Amino acid sequence: MTKPPAIFVLGIAGLALLPGQTNAEVEFESQVRPILAEKCLLCHGPDDEKGGLRLTGIEFASRELDSGAIGILPGHPEKSEVITRIRETDPEEVMPPPKKAEPLTDKEKEILAQWIAEGAEWPRHWSFAELRKNVAPSVEKSDWVVSPIDAFVLARLEEEGIAPSPEADAITLVRRLFYDLVGLPPSPEQVDHYRDLIGSDGEAGIERLVDDLLASPHFGERWGRHWLDKARYADSDGYEKDRNRMNAWRYRDWVIEAINRDLPFDQFTIEQFAGDLLPEPTSDQRLATAFNRQTLTNTEGGTDKEQWRVAAVMDRVETMGSVWMGLTLGCARCHTHKYDEITQAEYYELFAYFNNGDETNTMVPRSVEDWAKYELALKKHGEALEKARAKAASARRDLGDRMIEWEARADAWLSEASATEEAERFSPLPVKEITGPKGVEFEREEGQVVRVSGENPASATYEIRGSLKPGTMVHGIRLEVLADDALQGKGPGRSNHGNFVLNQLRLSVEGQSSRPLVFAEASADFSQKEWEVNGAIDGNLLSGKDGSGWAVSGQLGKDHSAVFALALPFSVGEEANFTLELIQEYGSQHTIGKFRLSLLESPTEKVLPAALRGVLRKPAASRTAEEQARLAAHFERIDSKTAPLLSAVKEMEARLPSKPEMDVRVLGERTRDRRQTHVFHRGEFKQPEKAVEPGTLSVLPSIQHRGENGDRLDLARWLVSGENPLPPRVVANEIWAHLFGEGLVTTLNDFGVRGDRPSHPELLDWIAADFIEQGWSRKALVKTIVMSRTYRQRSDHRPELESIDPKNRLLARQNRFRVEAEIVRDLSLASAGLLSSKLGGPSVFPPIPAGVADVNYNSAFQWKVSPGEDRFRRGMYTFFKRTAPHPNLMTFDCPDSNVTCVKRTRSNTPLAALITLNNQTFVEASRGLAQRVIRELPEGDDRARIERAFRLCVARAPEPEESDRLESLLETARGYYRENPEEAAWFAGDKKSDPVPPTEAAAWLATVRVILNLDEFLTRS
Amino acid sequence: MSPFESSLLRSRREFLTTSASGLGGIALGSMLSDDGLLSAATARDPDAFRRLQPHHDAKAKACIFIFMAGAPSQLDLFDPKPKLNQLHGEKLPKEMLDKARFAFIKPDTATLMGSPRKWTRHGESGMTFSDFLPNLGSCSDDLLMVRSVYSEEFNHHPGQLMMQCGVSRFGMPTMGSWLNYGLGSSSRNLPGYVVLTAGRGSSGGSTLWQSGFLPSKYAGVLFRNQGEPVLNLENPKGLPPELQRAGLDALRDLNQRRYQEVHDPEIASRIASYELANRMQTAAPELVDLSDESKKTLEAYGVGRPEPEGSGFRGTLPGLQTYDTFARNCLLARRMVERGVRFINIIHASWDQHSELDKNHAYNSGAVDQPIAALIQDLKQRGLLDSTMVVWGAEFGRTPLGENRPGRNANTGRDHHPFCFTTLMAGGGMKGGLVYGETDEIGWNIADKPVHINDLHATMLHQFGLDHLKLTYRFQGRDFRLTDVGGNVIEDWIA
Repeated sequence: MTKPPAIFVLGIAGLALLPGQTNAEVEFESQVRPILAEKCLLCHGPDDEKGGLRLTGIEFASRELDSGAIGILPGHPEKSEVITRIRETDPEEVMPPPKKAEPLTDKEKEILAQWIAEGAEWPRHWSFAELRKNVAPSVEKSDWVVSPIDAFVLARLEEEGIAPSPEADAITLVRRLFYDLVGLPPSPEQVDHYRDLIGSDGEAGIERLVDDLLASPHFGERWGRHWLDKARYADSDGYEKDRNRMNAWRYRDWVIEAINRDLPFDQFTIEQFAGDLLPEPTSDQRLATAFNRQTLTNTEGGTDKEQWRVAAVMDRVETMGSVWMGLTLGCARCHTHKYDEITQAEYYELFAYFNNGDETNTMVPRSVEDWAKYELALKKHGEALEKARAKAASARRDLGDRMIEWEARADAWLSEASATEEAERFSPLPVKEITGPKGVEFEREEGQVVRVSGENPASATYEIRGSLKPGTMVHGIRLEVLADDALQGKGPGRSNHGNFVLNQLRLSVEGQSSRPLVFAEASADFSQKEWEVNGAIDGNLLSGKDGSGWAVSGQLGKDHSAVFALALPFSVGEEANFTLELIQEYGSQHTIGKFRLSLLESPTEKVLPAALRGVLRKPAASRTAEEQARLAAHFERIDSKTAPLLSAVKEMEARLPSKPEMDVRVLGERTRDRRQTHVFHRGEFKQPEKAVEPGTLSVLPSIQHRGENGDRLDLARWLVSGENPLPPRVVANEIWAHLFGEGLVTTLNDFGVRGDRPSHPELLDWIAADFIEQGWSRKALVKTIVMSRTYRQRSDHRPELESIDPKNRLLARQNRFRVEAEIVRDLSLASAGLLSSKLGGPSVFPPIPAGVADVNYNSAFQWKVSPGEDRFRRGMYTFFKRTAPHPNLMTFDCPDSNVTCVKRTRSNTPLAALITLNNQTFVEASRGLAQRVIRELPEGDDRARIERAFRLCVARAPEPEESDRLESLLETARGYYRENPEEAAWFAGDKKSDPVPPTEAAAWLATVRVILNLDEFLTRS
Repeated sequence: MSPFESSLLRSRREFLTTSASGLGGIALGSMLSDDGLLSAATARDPDAFRRLQPHHDAKAKACIFIFMAGAPSQLDLFDPKPKLNQLHGEKLPKEMLDKARFAFIKPDTATLMGSPRKWTRHGESGMTFSDFLPNLGSCSDDLLMVRSVYSEEFNHHPGQLMMQCGVSRFGMPTMGSWLNYGLGSSSRNLPGYVVLTAGRGSSGGSTLWQSGFLPSKYAGVLFRNQGEPVLNLENPKGLPPELQRAGLDALRDLNQRRYQEVHDPEIASRIASYELANRMQTAAPELVDLSDESKKTLEAYGVGRPEPEGSGFRGTLPGLQTYDTFARNCLLARRMVERGVRFINIIHASWDQHSELDKNHAYNSGAVDQPIAALIQDLKQRGLLDSTMVVWGAEFGRTPLGENRPGRNANTGRDHHPFCFTTLMAGGGMKGGLVYGETDEIGWNIADKPVHINDLHATMLHQFGLDHLKLTYRFQGRDFRLTDVGGNVIEDWIA
């Protein structure tokens, strides 16, 4: 095979060796380090040091070798073993060994020798070196410069004799900024508005546009999604079982919200690493730690929990390495890094910071808005409660005569009760009808016994109705619950053990009160512990264990009896209907199986609670104040004037607005049984070696620990101290990459010695330093970059530069690049006018081709398409199932979220073309767009509508030839659909409400879908 | 390299030399449509061209990987152990137990479980298969049986990643991605990497055909068993092919116009993608249309077979015609090989029989035995077996111990066993009729010639003309390979 044309071998490496520089002093960073990294370090790096030679610094390289020779003797290539060996011709002796690497070229040998001869200056690797804000260089064409960024870029271009590209026209600029900052297409009206503004105000107009976009809540979505790539955010566990995480979205919303309020990046970092360790953390700060809960969870049967816990901790360490430091820490899991100065022990020292972060949950507000609403509701509720309390208080102040009268009657009842020697007198309750939940049957047996059968629901209320004869004295109700062999456990209840819970017994009698009557006291022959019979008259209606009421476990299979005494006995005047309710809400079939009801006709001392009987009988004057108060409190509870007011207050107190909270996965620091971290032999969790304590990389500035042991908070603060040069460089480079389609360092995730070198090192440092100076403000940095001339250049390729700078490293123009998967969807739906602008909330399920979700192992997983506007939410809200992600996302290179992704790839495949051509969502978008232009221009001719559609999609108006081409397609389609109206109806959707007939709608659909597939539409230019 | 492939490479280079000065008015469509794989970005990347040349002469051009997800029992299919039968019901020696890890087995009370299978020697080589696989046995002289494969991974999903990616971490490319990355596709109209599935979903789901850090064009394309064979392949209802074409013509014209203004080669690449998509719309349905296959062929594969009566296997979801689907997949694989698809992954799940192994292995074996045998014979008869490598394998094997999970009355299944298991290969220049490697007398450990999954991959790549040490991709500063940090080509396997 022949070698590829030389033209390709140039590239940026060629740029470093410009004409006129070849005989100049050798530059280590661009000329020497790449040779060492590519051809030497595998064996002579920090890990191996073969033969005693380590080529990571002159202090190592100038040591005596195992052989006794000196590897590199500065100033003396002839005395340097390295030079001797690379010049060897014997294949056994020559370095690098032919099996290990490509041989050195003569040029490379020459460079190394010259470099040693010149003194072997060996600066620190550029990315570890201190960050300095360089002064912008002076340039010839200084009027082009509006920002220091431009000066750095232009200086480099002028060195090459290349002129920058002209500024993009206003429409392109508007569209570029919309795509980059909010990921949405500008409407034609917005385009016109900002174009005019830029036309009249120039720079100020652009600034206005940028400020508007930065203030848009969609900025948080657009840039939040960039961050979520790094967070490996998903809505399911991953691995075989891949269980859904229905609360994962809450962290996603935190990210959107944090970016929208421009939470400074240092704080953004600290909260996500260690929000829980901040002093008195807010729930929001605890939520932020969910960044490190996006790791996968393996719940496959038969797994070793520790193995997967360790795997998650390793992922946290390595994600930090990629995202904040641009370093591949993962290599050092098993061995010291081959190229970069990261030892295996250091890896586990970093691991130690995370090793005591436990996976835990916490309650957080569902959203900022919901919480604000809740606080408002709480305030309103508080005000209403105050009013009700005031009303009740004023009613209580004037009990006066009514209480005196009641005291006399009560005294009489008590006297009567104690005077009666005989037992309490009962008569059958005159029952006419009993009803309960559907399917429950009540059989009336001899002796007023009621047997319950039929359906056996979890809970039930029995309603017993009848009427009381005039003259009847009503002092109370007796309920007998009866054992029966036919019931489980012999009853008396219908639960599987025979128990029941009577939560509440309620009696209402016509002509007495509009409310249920108040019972003073209940007594029973037996009550289960903690389910005492007075619980059945306390007003508590809660179900399950939160409730109260009468139950009889401990004496099941026996008859029991309870008497409920009224606080205000009465004599029936005219015949009165009554309703007695037996409310049984405990659940799990704790309902009564057999019972009998009677009326208590004789007075009973239970007309007063036991503790008040003595008090009442004392003369008012000899009662203590406390006694008087208790008696009054009882009366207030039963008095027809005060009771409703008091119970209203009580109800309001019980019914506070519910907190809009949800449970989320977070990280929490382990306080007991803290884990000691060990180095794992070859990364194997079962093979711990020496113990290590938290610590960072020795090549970087040292860390300060607040306490004896370092923790995640110390680590986070170290990352964003400003002293540590990596995070600002890495993050600034990443932000740059989103605005140019490529970073100044193209290996966004590798700032190590094998990574790319920055095309403009001083510029990178300038933006990184500026980022810190601007208080780590993401929005400020974005604004600084997009306001530059460099950003605002045209993106047209320049054929004359293709051979010199094929990858546009010199930035003689902007870049064109396809938008991300989510944005492809957003643009299409937005142009069609279908996209929902709703922010945040639970993830949604847009249409998915049949069968795709079934790929998942968990066959129970169902993809139920979201209704209403959730069908048309932004792509970033699509539910992300790790083992069966939505193909519309994956085909356009959405990361799989199993590991952190710092840089997306951009493929261009037939499968992607099939999506925008044929996929349901995109057909719906085309249909929406067709309907939209017809609707918006009811009188419009074809060309006007084509222009409208074109502008809705790509902002600019079509050229006449472009309109012609689309018009001819429209005609073709019309011809076809006129002859095939049935197909037109299929395609266009035969809706009566449409303003045009289906044949016309279908022809438009067939035409505008081409615009939605244009390279220009899918490309940010 | 075939003449066709060399001419493709040549045309790529020609394209490159012209691309620097702009494509101007040349017929983009026809030029680029010869190579849907080639994106313009790749065009400017010299590495891509060096890479697309094999390192040495290739024997194999296509690979059919038949993946038995869930892990079949080598002890009941390929590796008879009379001693194990003798020791049935006895405990494993303690020194062996202490070294082992289990998913579900409780080691204190676990006992060895013999196999009730009957074994037959087949062919001139006398290769042994159990009565579960009578048809596969008839191919024994074309088969290489490796009884000494091992893995380090112990649970399904990580184990499956290990087999597909050579390393069990996420974010790594799968074999099919590596092969297409290294050699490109030789199909004009179809993806170079296709995935076919039968039965229930596998543990790994779509991660088993991911492209990892390689661009997503190297990811496997899942062919579907119902409806359109490739997602979004069919035109929307009401849009006839001629209007689709008319739309594509307009699209191409408008895109070309744009290209002439902004000179971005990516536009040319996009035009090519749309053209290939359109061709795929015809080619894929043609591919899955079996009407031109003879009745004899269909019967040989078992296409249209009913599910066995009373199988009631829990791995078969209602309505899943696994027997028919798997047969169809094997036949489709041959048709894809004929059409230049580089890598076909047939995934069949699930073999994870922790209980009722006899019954469920009978069902599973019945599903795969006849179609695989038919595939090998068919390829051979058509002269395609030499250039097509067929591999049969799983993520690990199963234990000689019966599985005594608490709450179960009897041991009727086996647990995960990564220490030794069997893989079969045929064609692609591998030796037929060879049994390689040996396990100990109860099938617990490898007794002779251990083969790591990395070795298997290294040897596979070798047969495709690729040196596994040189087929690398730099990601985060490291030159990654399919064989991670291991891998030895096993010369003994090569014919």
